Amino acid sequence: MEGLERIVREHPFFAGMKEEFLELISSCAKNVRFEAGEYVFREGQPADQFYLLRSGRVAIQLSAPERVLTVQTVGEDEIVGASWLVPPYRWGFDAKALELSRAIAMDAACLRGKCEGDHDLGYEMMKRFMPVLIQRLHATRLQILDVYGVHN
Amino acid sequence: MVPRIARVRRRQRDLKDVWTLDLEMEDGSDLAFKAGQFNMLTAFGVGEAPISISGDPAKPGGGLVHTIREVGAVSGALARLTPGSAIGVRGPFGTEWPVAEARGSDVVVLTGGLGLAPLRGVIYSLLANRRHYGKIALLYGARGPDEILFRSELEKWRCMLDIELLVTVDHAESDWHGSVGVVTTLVPRADFDPDHTIAMVCGPEIMMRFGIAALRDKGVSDQSIYVSMERSMKCAIGLCGHCQLGPVFVCKDGPVFRNDQLAPLMAAKER
Repeated sequence: MEGLERIVREHPFFAGMKEEFLELISSCAKNVRFEAGEYVFREGQPADQFYLLRSGRVAIQLSAPERVLTVQTVGEDEIVGASWLVPPYRWGFDAKALELSRAIAMDAACLRGKCEGDHDLGYEMMKRFMPVLIQRLHATRLQILDVYGVHN
Repeated sequence: MVPRIARVRRRQRDLKDVWTLDLEMEDGSDLAFKAGQFNMLTAFGVGEAPISISGDPAKPGGGLVHTIREVGAVSGALARLTPGSAIGVRGPFGTEWPVAEARGSDVVVLTGGLGLAPLRGVIYSLLANRRHYGKIALLYGARGPDEILFRSELEKWRCMLDIELLVTVDHAESDWHGSVGVVTTLVPRADFDPDHTIAMVCGPEIMMRFGIAALRDKGVSDQSIYVSMERSMKCAIGLCGHCQLGPVFVCKDGPVFRNDQLAPLMAAKER
């Protein structure tokens, strides 16, 4: 567990977090790896974990008739998965490893339970998640604008 | 205001609607230019348009290389000119990228879409004088994998061991294994010292605005960010007023501006 706690502590997402919170969070963590081409999760599955990528790259994808679209890629030190935060806790997209990817998987139910039990921890997690979500919302809006297209 | 006559020497298709024309002056003269400047090109019988110079400032004839996207009558007519066709040239006009000022600093080139064309001359200069600069990060965004401009050159630059090249696309199918996301998301990932960096930004205005925000978030000051504006230039000599932006003329005082000078002007809403 000490090794996992060190890994959690060293991940940029948890930079500066209090030791007592890191101990709580680490009990919900485990090391995982995904081979290139392996799905991290599929659309519609229960969002029972989220992932802090330590290395590699994951594509967030959506299947359409006769094609698969990649809407975003997530890389080293970034977060994969936000649907674990809100009911009905189901993934809205597929996530597929584009290359060998190593991550810390956080058990969503475990972490939600700990945040309910300690609201200070819950607020600390929200403060860390919200900038990621806002940044992705802004980036998605820019993608929708199709700024490189020809606009008359 | 009178264009000089040049001939199209070579015409190369870069993308579906983007062409690079290589010209030669009919009188055999060369056009020395600085990266960031533009020429006014005339398609006789159709009209004249400002086109950034995309050549190498250090090479003879570099000032006569232009990358053009077919978006309207004039650009369409220019893009369709074939080798041997006559074309009018006025210029070069405008201000240059701070290639000399950047010596001794890290350099970030942040660009998207056709914005890479006005910055290609900068990249040539940086690479030809590599030892004078710190870390170099080239950050490029495109709409999709099929719309990556100068792809073969980007691939060549990526093989260089002492620069960082990050490319991303806004949209992709699953056969693309590179990065997907807007170009601004590359800024946090790039390796440079914000306190000792000169950033050069060119692309669609919205992309530039958010790119500047990303650079500021990382700690780059407005005095160290340079932007190329390409708005409504008509006469290129500060006479007609079409490109006036507050107290400045984009054609004469730009198109390259330092962001601490430009930001207050851009903050004014047009509607």
